[in-house]
Amino acid sequence: MPNNADAYLEIKDLWKAFGVFLALKDINLVIGKGEFVCFLGPSGCGKTTLLRAVAGLDPQTRGQIHQGGQDISNLPTSKRDYGIVFQSYALFPNLTVARNIAFGLENTGRPKQEIKTRVADLLALVGLPEQAEKYPAQLSGGQQQRIALARAIAIDPGLLLLDEPLSALDAKVRVHLRHEIKELQRKLGVTTIMVTHDQEEALSMADRIVVMNHGTVEQVGTPTEIYRQPATLFVADFIGETNKVATTYSGGRVTLGSVSLSTEMKGVAEGASVTVAVRPEDVVPHLSTEAGEGAANLLPAQLVDMEFLGSFWRCRLQSDILGGQELIANFSINAVRRLDLKPGLDMAVELPAERVLVFAEGA
Amino acid sequence: MSDATLPAGRAVKLKLDRDGAIKRAFMAVIALYLIVALALPLYAMLSKSFVTYSFDLARYEFQVSDEAGNFGPPQTAAAINAELGVFDADDLRSSSDGRLAATAFFPDFSFRSPVKYRIRGTGPDAPYLVGLDLQNTTEWKEFDGNTFRRINLRPVKSVGVQNYSEYFSNPALFSSIQNSVFIAVISTVLTVVAAFGFAYSLNRSLMRFKGFFKLVAMMPILVPSLLPGIALIYLFGNQGMLKSLMMGHSIYGPIGIVIGSVFFTFPHALIIISTALSIADQRQYEAAESLRASRWRTFWTVTIPGARYGLISAAFVTFTLVITDFGLPKVIGGQYNVLAIDIYKQVIGQQNFEMGAVVSVVLLIPAVLAFIVDRQVQKKQVSLLSARSVPFQPKPNKTFEALCLMWCGVMAVFILGLILVCQFAALVQFWPYDLSLSLKNYDFNRTDGGGWDAYTNSIQLALMTAVFGTLIVFTGAYMVEKIDGFKTGRGMFQFLAMLPMAVPGMVLGLAYIFFFNDPANPLNAIYGTMTILVVSTVTHFYTVGHLTALTALKQIDAEFEPVASSLRQPFYRLFARVTVPVCLPAILDISIYLFVNAMTTVSAVVFLYSTHTTLASVAVLNMDDAGDIAPAAAMGMMIFYTNAGARLLHMLASRRILRRTQSWRGR
Repeated sequence: MPNNADAYLEIKDLWKAFGVFLALKDINLVIGKGEFVCFLGPSGCGKTTLLRAVAGLDPQTRGQIHQGGQDISNLPTSKRDYGIVFQSYALFPNLTVARNIAFGLENTGRPKQEIKTRVADLLALVGLPEQAEKYPAQLSGGQQQRIALARAIAIDPGLLLLDEPLSALDAKVRVHLRHEIKELQRKLGVTTIMVTHDQEEALSMADRIVVMNHGTVEQVGTPTEIYRQPATLFVADFIGETNKVATTYSGGRVTLGSVSLSTEMKGVAEGASVTVAVRPEDVVPHLSTEAGEGAANLLPAQLVDMEFLGSFWRCRLQSDILGGQELIANFSINAVRRLDLKPGLDMAVELPAERVLVFAEGA
Repeated sequence: MSDATLPAGRAVKLKLDRDGAIKRAFMAVIALYLIVALALPLYAMLSKSFVTYSFDLARYEFQVSDEAGNFGPPQTAAAINAELGVFDADDLRSSSDGRLAATAFFPDFSFRSPVKYRIRGTGPDAPYLVGLDLQNTTEWKEFDGNTFRRINLRPVKSVGVQNYSEYFSNPALFSSIQNSVFIAVISTVLTVVAAFGFAYSLNRSLMRFKGFFKLVAMMPILVPSLLPGIALIYLFGNQGMLKSLMMGHSIYGPIGIVIGSVFFTFPHALIIISTALSIADQRQYEAAESLRASRWRTFWTVTIPGARYGLISAAFVTFTLVITDFGLPKVIGGQYNVLAIDIYKQVIGQQNFEMGAVVSVVLLIPAVLAFIVDRQVQKKQVSLLSARSVPFQPKPNKTFEALCLMWCGVMAVFILGLILVCQFAALVQFWPYDLSLSLKNYDFNRTDGGGWDAYTNSIQLALMTAVFGTLIVFTGAYMVEKIDGFKTGRGMFQFLAMLPMAVPGMVLGLAYIFFFNDPANPLNAIYGTMTILVVSTVTHFYTVGHLTALTALKQIDAEFEPVASSLRQPFYRLFARVTVPVCLPAILDISIYLFVNAMTTVSAVVFLYSTHTTLASVAVLNMDDAGDIAPAAAMGMMIFYTNAGARLLHMLASRRILRRTQSWRGR
């Protein structure tokens, strides 16, 4: 959580119901001034609903929203202070790029010349200074998205809302625009909320990520926190990839068959049913000869097959201890070369204690 | 959290800003329009159909004096009637205008005699007239003979299904239902088959002259439905040049109505079927071919199922058009009665408004049923349309193309033929005796029917309908489609906007009489003016325009309003700067649709025009009625030229405006 002193947007006890369906359940969230926050979650998790509540497009059923110290809970859209960019860009097709950007500036008493300069500045800012007189249909998707962004920030909003802004673009443009948007946001220092279902996007752009599921917030944290210390099994599973094994917990250890692993997890009740989770890249390969009796957290396993993915090998392993369940591991090219790993090889894998995540049932 | 429950409390409601207030006000105004111009008149008509008027003799008491002025005992009119048997039950049935002379109860009455009369009501509702002076009192009133002869009893109103039972027990009226359904079914079958062949040729063959055939096929839309009737009279009527082809049958009656109906419903059916056939998927045909299905089998297993919704929809639309049409049976129906004619006869001929209302309700039933089925089918059609498919590419086939050309050729000759006959008839001196050309039939001021004023009135009506109608229809559709919240109100509005499609013109016109001609109605002032004609025409043709506008608006990004609002711009600025320009093609389509229909419509306005607001289409009807068939044909052709001109102008204007304002379309 950021320091409360510079909190800009506060969401308190917020609920949203569509008929009997609860789309948002008791959301509490504080977003700091100038922060870039991503709402991340699978489709139907309520992330867009939350964004639309903040925008006043679909008002919440219960709860409050404060922006910049002001209660905006029941203000209509036009009285709120934000700019918004939609997945569809929603550029006005019959207006030129310049007219689109100027749309929010006209009709406000600003002199024509000032508007013109401002539009030119904005076009330069988004890197499209030559496109002023073109129509949206004449631009590429990425260009259209940048115009939509320029139009949204033209009025200097206190809050920038991005509703899946990149998902209509192809992969390459998307990666490129990620950086640009992030750069722009840093330059302007505008508090930004972006809704996305793409974890890579969230991890690479956000200062903090709000992971949502079934209308609740699962975890709020920096990208590394979310990835390294997922608060729930859902987060661990949704962000990145995870091997999961169900077992029980006792005395700081979890037992997998005849092997007992030490973990650093705290706050799990003795004897509780738990799920052990390990990320594929955290699995350390060993030759079975190397694996001495006393070595910690070691599992004997057979390498079933290997898939070359460029920077690493993705390996499927099978261990009698895990029953029929497969273990996915990402081994570095170096390790594969060093240990001369081949499909069919009997080997051992280490699940380092500080990397083994243990989640109580239902967490 | 899975068992979380919403905390108690009230749902958060956003404060209404100026934008929201204006939107709601707009919607309220247009909803009010639809309520006043549609819902209330229909309600008035419906309630009217349950109203009966009759003289209730038990409500009056008389006392008669002798010559010296001594009054005898009071006696109710019912008692006197029972004694004398002056009136039977049928005589006592009446209409809202009915009057019953009080003297009828006194066979010895003489206005010269010194005998005096007293009358009073036995209850609170016993109206009678003394001259023009309405009395309604239980006090005795005394009159001398000379005044007493000016006393008339007035009927009292009662509510019940009596009109309906009377209607259904009248074999002449009841047979109209059979006639109407018979005509509509035959016409529907013929039209759908003809239109299917035509649409099939246009969409599935490499036939030549497609553009020409499309143009000809749309011509019937530009003329009133009674014009083909006039042409048929010239061809097969009593003095028709091809009368011998009828082999003794008369064109006046079902045969004439059916042929004319095929003419005027053809383009409507064609548009629907053509749309259905144009969405064919090439892949299905390739699959059929690879399975070695014969062409015949492919036709029945791929083509017909693919077009079935279009065919059903076209059938119902045609059925409704025929069963509710009034102009054609009026001109060529002869003694063959149909429902629409019955309404006209009851109202205009017999001034029996209540019975007119009953027939209207009867006519409303098939129209509403057809409407409901059509809407269901249309919904399914849309979902077919949205499927991704590879457009069908017809392959060259000489025999097939010749067949298509023949089919379309026959229809083109039929349509062009009837219009040309009308044109010819309008231009000759005196059919069939003097076929030299003359313009005398265009001198409308020399015939009854309204003269050239009728024509200018029609132009005025069409222009006003196009302008105001488009304004109302498009704004209404915008409010339904783009306003947020206010769901119930929008649902009701949508229902009202769809309703006119199900209401036949005759029914709407009659409903307007009941509603607007009521002296108690503050809107009574528009009765008999151009305004009521505009209102009725806009309302009558509301639905198609509404649907056109909705389709166009649905294609606009739903996020425009939120974006404009986040930019703190009022919605009307977005509306003017973006929505209207983007929808301009649809707006132009709505306006030309309203213009053309306002020029040709007869059914709704035939009850509503007054001597200074006669219309060209009504003039055609009246001139034909008066036997001036040649001028009627000439006036019909005037409507045709005007509509064709308007269409052309619309096309040119659209093209110009599109080029200027829609340069953003495409890359």
